[in-house]
Amino acid sequence: MEGTKGEGQPGGGTMANNAEQPRQQDHLVRDGDFVVLKREDVFKAVQVQRRKKVTFEKQWFFLDNVIGHSYGTTFEVSSGGNLQPKKMMEEITSETKEAGIDNRNIVDDGKSQKLTQDDIKALKDKGIKGEEIVQQLIENSTTFRDKTEFAQDKYIKKKKKKYEAVITVVKPSTRILSIMYYAREPGKINYMRYDTLAQMLTLGNIHAGNKMIVMETCAGLVLGAVMERMGGFGSIIQMYPGGGPVRAATTCFGFPKSFFNSLYEFPLGKVNSLLNGTFSSKALPSESKDSISVEENNGVLLDDLQTSPKEMEENIIEVIENNHPQQETMEVISQEPEYKDQKERGNKKDYIQEFQKKQEQQKKRQIEAAALLNERNADGLIIASRYHPTPLALSLLEFVASSRPFVIYCHYKEPLVECYTKLRERGGVINLRLSETWLRNYQVLPDRSHPKLMMSGGGGYLLSGITVANDKQKPESCTVELEKNEEPIAKKQKVEESEDLP
Amino acid sequence: MDNGRMGYEARPRAASGESSGPGAGGGSVTVGCLRQRPTLRSGPPAGGVRGPRGRRSGPPRAAFGAPAGERSGRGPGPSRAARRRGRGRSPSRGLCGVSTERRARKPSLFGAVAAAAAAARNHVRSPPAPNPAGPRAASVEIFIMSFVKYEELIKEGDTAIIFLGHGSMFPVQVQHGAQTQTKYGVIRHSAHLIGQPYGSRVTCSKGGWVYVLHPTPELWTLNLPHRTQILYSTDISIITMMLELKPGSIVCESGTGSGSLSHAIIRTVAPTGHLHTVEFHQQRAQKAEEEFREHRVDRWVTVRNQDVCKNGFGVSHVADAVFLDIPSPWEAIGHAKDALKVEGGRLCSFSPCIEQVQRTCQALAEHGFIEVTTLEILLREYNVRTANLPLPDLGGALDPLPVLGEAQFKIGVPLKETVGHTGYLTFASKSLF
Repeated sequence: MEGTKGEGQPGGGTMANNAEQPRQQDHLVRDGDFVVLKREDVFKAVQVQRRKKVTFEKQWFFLDNVIGHSYGTTFEVSSGGNLQPKKMMEEITSETKEAGIDNRNIVDDGKSQKLTQDDIKALKDKGIKGEEIVQQLIENSTTFRDKTEFAQDKYIKKKKKKYEAVITVVKPSTRILSIMYYAREPGKINYMRYDTLAQMLTLGNIHAGNKMIVMETCAGLVLGAVMERMGGFGSIIQMYPGGGPVRAATTCFGFPKSFFNSLYEFPLGKVNSLLNGTFSSKALPSESKDSISVEENNGVLLDDLQTSPKEMEENIIEVIENNHPQQETMEVISQEPEYKDQKERGNKKDYIQEFQKKQEQQKKRQIEAAALLNERNADGLIIASRYHPTPLALSLLEFVASSRPFVIYCHYKEPLVECYTKLRERGGVINLRLSETWLRNYQVLPDRSHPKLMMSGGGGYLLSGITVANDKQKPESCTVELEKNEEPIAKKQKVEESEDLP
Repeated sequence: MDNGRMGYEARPRAASGESSGPGAGGGSVTVGCLRQRPTLRSGPPAGGVRGPRGRRSGPPRAAFGAPAGERSGRGPGPSRAARRRGRGRSPSRGLCGVSTERRARKPSLFGAVAAAAAAARNHVRSPPAPNPAGPRAASVEIFIMSFVKYEELIKEGDTAIIFLGHGSMFPVQVQHGAQTQTKYGVIRHSAHLIGQPYGSRVTCSKGGWVYVLHPTPELWTLNLPHRTQILYSTDISIITMMLELKPGSIVCESGTGSGSLSHAIIRTVAPTGHLHTVEFHQQRAQKAEEEFREHRVDRWVTVRNQDVCKNGFGVSHVADAVFLDIPSPWEAIGHAKDALKVEGGRLCSFSPCIEQVQRTCQALAEHGFIEVTTLEILLREYNVRTANLPLPDLGGALDPLPVLGEAQFKIGVPLKETVGHTGYLTFASKSLF
């Protein structure tokens, strides 16, 4: 194989067997996997469980038949709620090229379709396939022949979208989940558009081996994205407000358990004590994770996992030494939802014991997290929360090493303007940049290419910078950096104009 | 285990290109910015870079093979953009204290000529020839590789970024005994850099100071020597996410160009992934390979000098993602499909012109790609500063008297001129069927 490296790198296509290598069967759906259902541009994250009813896009079905198929396979909902794999049909070039020139004579009186609602329903009930129904609609449309070719294409596409219920099962990724959340529950992620998240990951130089500090209230989406980019290497300390971190979205990624071994959490409420050296791990029982603060509304996108923070904890605690064979994963997953039932059934004493054991674990983890933070050598900081960014930035930057990037997201620009100013006053940061991204997507079709829509202003803003040694105390620590925004701007802009053209 | 990475012998060089022993002169020896002959390496690279039609054979990274003294003066000066802006350059900066001849700058942007000229102009000292005696001693631990993993202290051989303030910066190759000129004075590598923590403030000889930053692909993108038009971090970010790159991903890329995206990809896929990059221009391919080696990321990348439209990426059914930034991407779609794994993968094509995009989308459809989307992304930066607006005098007839003077407040105002277009990004997924 060309380009094979000698050191067991996967460069040549031969996969070395080490713990983090993709498993051979990674592209097949397994029971218990977290997947994303996709229909056109609509996504929904679910966990594959046998005989579990799933609703999606006004249909309900079981995911049993998905198991064993490749990710990316498309399915149709057939009788009984079973999914049948459907081969993507090639576009049948319509033999009838009969089409009109323009729409000057086409009158939209709502009567051009001869099939009634009932007719269509009858067809559906008979079990006729979607393509058939579309074909029927075309044949029974009096104006179809007169439409232009483009209009016919558009008509067919529209009808297909409605009647051909094709569902694809895809593997979750930052791309898919961030698009899904922005479309379905933007409020949960502080209206962070997916391209803004992409910028954060790159500007923050998130990569394997980092020690990251993440403070987010985006249902765990940002955390999941950071974890994906770190691939299980390195460590993450998630700061959280209230009772516990919300990780509903993180679960949707379906990371292997090993990823969570190096994921810590630390309460914001103890940051100040950590900074001034008075941190103690006492007063933990009041922060029992069982009493998740209601404000942290777990994502409703996952059908099953209502108490995902708790699950995460169980994941951390359970010592699962699996090298990812399929069986074990299945068993583990099937155990967790039952844990709650066992609580009721089993001994109350056992329950209390378990509870205390978890408390101990939690305390231990928190002390570890505090120790990691106290090293003050984190490789980066990501802030994306509904809280005002300035106090978060000013305190959490203390834990970051020098010459490391940090990124702060805010839905609004003004708090970041203030944060910028405060950071300037604090010193120890350079290259501060306040920015947003504009995204525009395009329809590209022969003779029909044009932009579709432009997304701006609604995707949030970013303040990014790099930490440096803070010598604010020194008298000569002067003003190359500070407040020179006034003077060179004109010069800078003028030259930028010429230089940035492609 | 050292991967045959070319180490650098700690030998400061005089300007004439002859080597002097370490510590010669009993102090900091000023290293010449220019080699005597700013050409590419002579002789065939030993298994370094592919020939035009060739396949790689032999060990992937043999010693680079250049005999001592002929290593081209590589001056990773500030980007052309930065230079044009007037950053990263000051008329007061001279050469590295040695009167070497200035090379006339040839029109071509790549290669050692430009690098030498840039070095002359931008005072960046170039690294000495690789030690022909062989790879560096095994005292260098395998994971000390700056672009891909953070380190605390500056070491010899690192590519550090000198930050002068206000977005003005340039890269330097850290070297025992070397010196770098800045507008604030001289930075002596041995005294000021080596062993210091990244992020330190360094006071230069004239009293002014700079910061020394840890290299990252983002900083590299802003400071690398342009041999072609490059992709900037805004586009790189969305590409990385939409191609679902992460540690372990296998990526194929063409063309390599100046290596801006390549560095970002390597950073993302390390330590378990790999980048196969194809560049049909021989010198650019060589230059890229040199840079990867200097930045100690060569174990994660394979450079092939061939035409992707004719010969593909050189690998088959291994890639999770393919990226195309070539004039005729539609001609490479078939090869891209072949390079991608059987189970599927992602593809991205970057084209400045909409006609290219149309042809590419057509080719994608013909080859059975699905989820084809085209988008563009633009960065809008804001300047944060204080603004004052005078309060108008509407007369003194009110009680209490209205306040006069100026109202002061903080503003975030868009830059007057920003990038309007870089290119269209077309993404697609390889279908299973």
